[in-house]
Parts: sequence; C-alpha cells; structure tokens
Amino acid sequence: MKPLLDVRDLVTEFPIGGKQGLRAVDEVSFKLNRGEVLGLVGESGSGKSVTGFSIMGLVDKPGKVSSGQILFDGEDLATQSYEQMRSLRGRRIAMVFQDPMMTLNPVLRIGTQMTEAIHAHEKVSPSQARIRARDALGMVGIPSPEERLDAYPHEFSGGMRQRVAIAIALLHRPDLIIADEPTTALDVTIQAQIISEFQKLTEEQGTAVIWITHDLAIVSGLADRIAVMYGGRIVESGDITTVLEAPHHPYTRGLIRSVPSENSRGTRLAQIPGVTPSLSRMPEGCTFRTRCERATDACRVRPGQFGNELDYHRCFHPFEEKLA
Amino acid sequence: MVTSLIRRMIQAAFVIFAMTLIVFIGINVIGNPVDILINPDLNQAERALVIKHLGLDQPLWSQYLSFIKGLMQGDFGDSFVYKRPALEVILERLPATLELALCAMVIAIVVGLPLGLYAGLYPERISSRLIMTGSILGFSLPTFWVGLMFILLFAVQLGWLPSNGRGETAMLFGTPWSFLTSDGISHLLLPALNLALFKTSLILRLTRAGVQEVIMQDFVKFARAKGLSQSRIILVHILKNLMIPVVTIIGLEFGSLIAFSVVTESIYGWPGMGKLIIDSINLLDRPVIVAYLMMMVILFVTLNFIIDICYTLLDPRVRLEGKG
Repeated sequence: MKPLLDVRDLVTEFPIGGKQGLRAVDEVSFKLNRGEVLGLVGESGSGKSVTGFSIMGLVDKPGKVSSGQILFDGEDLATQSYEQMRSLRGRRIAMVFQDPMMTLNPVLRIGTQMTEAIHAHEKVSPSQARIRARDALGMVGIPSPEERLDAYPHEFSGGMRQRVAIAIALLHRPDLIIADEPTTALDVTIQAQIISEFQKLTEEQGTAVIWITHDLAIVSGLADRIAVMYGGRIVESGDITTVLEAPHHPYTRGLIRSVPSENSRGTRLAQIPGVTPSLSRMPEGCTFRTRCERATDACRVRPGQFGNELDYHRCFHPFEEKLA
Repeated sequence: MVTSLIRRMIQAAFVIFAMTLIVFIGINVIGNPVDILINPDLNQAERALVIKHLGLDQPLWSQYLSFIKGLMQGDFGDSFVYKRPALEVILERLPATLELALCAMVIAIVVGLPLGLYAGLYPERISSRLIMTGSILGFSLPTFWVGLMFILLFAVQLGWLPSNGRGETAMLFGTPWSFLTSDGISHLLLPALNLALFKTSLILRLTRAGVQEVIMQDFVKFARAKGLSQSRIILVHILKNLMIPVVTIIGLEFGSLIAFSVVTESIYGWPGMGKLIIDSINLLDRPVIVAYLMMMVILFVTLNFIIDICYTLLDPRVRLEGKG
C-alpha cells in the first residue's frame, strides 16, 4: 500500500549571515500510512516541531525546506505553489499547536474563527457553516455549543481552547493531523481527557496523526510507530513496542530510562549527561557522541541509517539486548 | 458601562477645574494687558475707568471667582480685543481648523496605515526600506521648514497651488467650509499635507511595529494552518489586533492637530484657531486664551473617552473587565 505521507531526506535550513544555513532538520525520512499514529519524540530544539511546520509549509522565514521530498498522497509538498499549499492546509492536513492560550485570535469570536476555516475551503452559506461549527464544538465535548460560538477565547479555559483548536482541525476531516505537543501546556487531568478525546475522534475519522512530543509516556499509549529525533536527525525509528522494549540507539535508551516508573522507585533516576548542543555547534559525525558513553573515534563519521527504511537507527555501536 | 461613564465625567470635571486654576494664574504671570490694550494718551481717570470696566481692578482671587461664576453659566467672559464673548470668537474660527485637522488626519491614515502594513509584512523588500527611510524624514524635519519648502516648491516655483488663506468657501450648517469648492480644496491641500506629514510617519511606524509584533503570534500561524487566504489573515487577524495602539495615537494626534496647528496656520495664513490663539497671546487677550485652553482640555478629555469606547469595540477582553 502506498503510504499517505512519505518524507524523504528532508532538510530544513535557517540561513545565517550568508554562510551555509543552520540545519534544523537534517535528512529526515519517515513514512506514515492512513490512519496510523506516529510519535515524533525529542527534546526541545531537536527539530521535531520544524519537521511538522515543514510538512505544513509554514516554516518561519528566512528558514526554508532546502532539499528532500515530502510526498503527500503522491504529490511533493516541497514544490507546491502557495495557493496549492493553502488549499491543502486545514482541509487535508491540519495542525494543532502547543499553547492553546496563543492559538486562537483574542479579538475574534470562536464562531468566526471556525466558520472562516470552513469558508476557506468550501462554498457554504453562513448559516450552514455555523451549524457545522456548532456540531464540531459539540463533538469535542464543549457544553452548549450554540452559545459558545458567540464567546471570545478569553472566556474559555486552556483545556476548552485546545478542544476548540481540535474541533477546527477536524472540521474538514483531514487525512493527516500534525499535533505539536497539544497537551504540554495543560493540567494532567485535562491532558488525559484531551488525549482520549483526540484518539477517539481521529480513529473514527481514520485520520493519520503525527504526535510531536517530548513525553514518551504519552506516545507509548497513543502511537503505532515512533521516531526519535536528536540534533535535527531521526536517530531511531520503528514500531512503538519494539523500540520501547529494545531501543538500539543510546539516546533512545537514555530517554526511556529517564522516565520514572514503578521499578525505578527508590533508586536514582537515570539521566543523560550534558545538554543538547545548539544548532550552530552540532558536533561532526554523530550529533549525540559528545554525550554518549559508547562513543569512539568511529562516531566522528556521520552515521547512516542502519536497518530498513521503516525500522532503523543511526548508531555505530547499537545496543542489541532488551532494556532491563 | 454607565458607572464607568459617570466616573469618567467626575474625573473630567476635576481635570477641568484644575486646569482653570493653572490657566488663570499662569495667564496673570505673563503680562499686564492694560499696557497693550489701553491707549497711552488717556488720562489717569479714564484709564482707571477702563481697568474697572475690564474687571482688572479686582484682586486675582476675586477675578477668578467671577470667572468661575460666569463659567457655571457657560460664559467665558468677553474678549478684550473683539469686545464680544470669547467663546463666540473662538467658535467662529473652529470650522477652519476642524476641516484642516480632519483633512490632515484622513491623509495620514489613508497613507500611513497601508504603507505601515506593507513595510511590516515585507520588511526585507527595498520598497519597505525606502518607506521607512522616508518616514524618518517625515518624523524629524521641522513642520515650519517643510511648510516653507512646500510654498517655495508648489506655490512659487511650480505655481500649482495657492499658499495663503482659505480660498473660496461654501456654506454648510451656517458656517463657511473650504472643502466644498475646488478653489477651497486647492487652498486646503498644502497646509493639510504639511500637517499630515508628521502624523503619517507616526502612524506608519506604529503600524509597522504592530504588524511585526502580531505576525509573530501563534494565532497568525494557526490562521495560516487553517488554510485562510493571505488577505483574510492580514485584513482580519492582523489588522484587528494592531488597531488598538493605532486608534489611541490617531485619537490623541487628532486632538493635537486641532489644538496645536499654530505653526502651519501661521505659515499658510489659515484663519483658524491656532492663528487666533497666537494673536490673542500677543495682545494678552486673557478671556480668549483662557476660553481656548478650557476648550482644548474638554476636547482632550472627550477624545480620550471616545478612544476608551473604541477599545471596548476592538478588544473583547476590555469589555469583560468593564463588567466587573
């Protein structure tokens, strides 16, 4: 079966002062089938959000996709015109952002912000658009949606606003939703609600999801597949249970071990030493080698993808055994 | 809304009262009108009679009290020079100033707002840099110099436009207006442009700064992610958010146009209030000066109030606070 989204060697660069640009996304490749959920995991600055924006064609200037392909349903998004991308955005690929307090325009009514999204892609009468907006609000569990259409964002709590954002994303039953840490800014109890709601709706509609997060716990319960990013590259990719049980890359291993669990109670929590290097001073070769206990001189060479195109890692000294 | 209205009225009353004190004392410090107004050939008895007639024989506090008494009945006193009620003398000149100020403000908004939007949206373009450089000129060149240059260029060298007076006027609501006749408009053009130059630059720079601030917000990116057209994003999402500071400045600057267009009115021989107040100061025509300053206080208080109302129309968050 042809995948819905096939990203091949995507490079997104931010030019600085005439020199070669900073690579926020460095030869990233992954595939996503219809209805599948991919967890894109990494620390801040690993390039996971920029990957999402690259697919949407919304990379902040002066950054741009400088090479690689983003095949969406067979068409390369990297070469589409502005108008072609506009007609895809919101209709076939939607996005939910991290901070619900910032994603809705403070001076426009919720109803306006929803119906304008409908009008952007379909010719419908204002009253019909309003009915659809109302139903969408009801669908994401907002009480008395009819009245809430006339409310402004500041009259909603953070969780409610994120529900509105999700309702907007689902308006056109898109093939793909990119969820950029949609629960990070929310309370834990609200987080759980939003995640289960989101999961239910995307399953019903058969929507594929790229769930961008730094939280492995969320991904483990949600995703079919996982891609771990570090320093702009996917360092490990594969089936969620396989990767979580037997991670090959030392970074993946470190990430998993730094999540507190039942077994680790009373013992010191494992951590990855050091911090993510900034883009301008990424080490040559394997970007993780400066923080890696297994690093040798061999790691000064850029590691390729070991494995097949779906399940692979980028490490010269991979772990083979299961995680204890 | 009603309580805040009443609160504003009381505040305004205090401001006006404080202003009467300052103005009245200040005006007595700058000089004795008797020296200018009274014919030096008069003998001592006639002199005393005139002084008594003008009320200048009374001590200051008593003059002040009788002024306040008159004020309560809407009487600002009679002009020493014109021998008519001061308010009447001023109101006669109001239409000329008003149409000049309105005309200048319209030019400033019509030119400044779109150019500022453009420069903010495409800051890297050469045309934007030219606009910004031009605005620095408009900002820093002194009004009187620009006024003289305009006369030199358009009136003397090219002979396109007249440089003095209001030209032909037509009656509307019982007052003469220049903008109703083509000759009047040609007279109006140069002073209006002269006044508009600074205001245009101000609005332009403010709009540009606003655009650059708003465009970074997540909700603009989210609007793009919804697939909205560029024009909808700019004209609705961005413009509505940046109007709040722009409206403030437009309101206050309009007030200053009415109150302080002295220089331009003098250069172009425009028979407005600015010219009147300068003449009155030279002749120490106290009632006119006092009445004029009082009117300006009321003008600014009113403008501030209108700006506040505009806020509540533009920003729903302000509305909510008003309720509480």
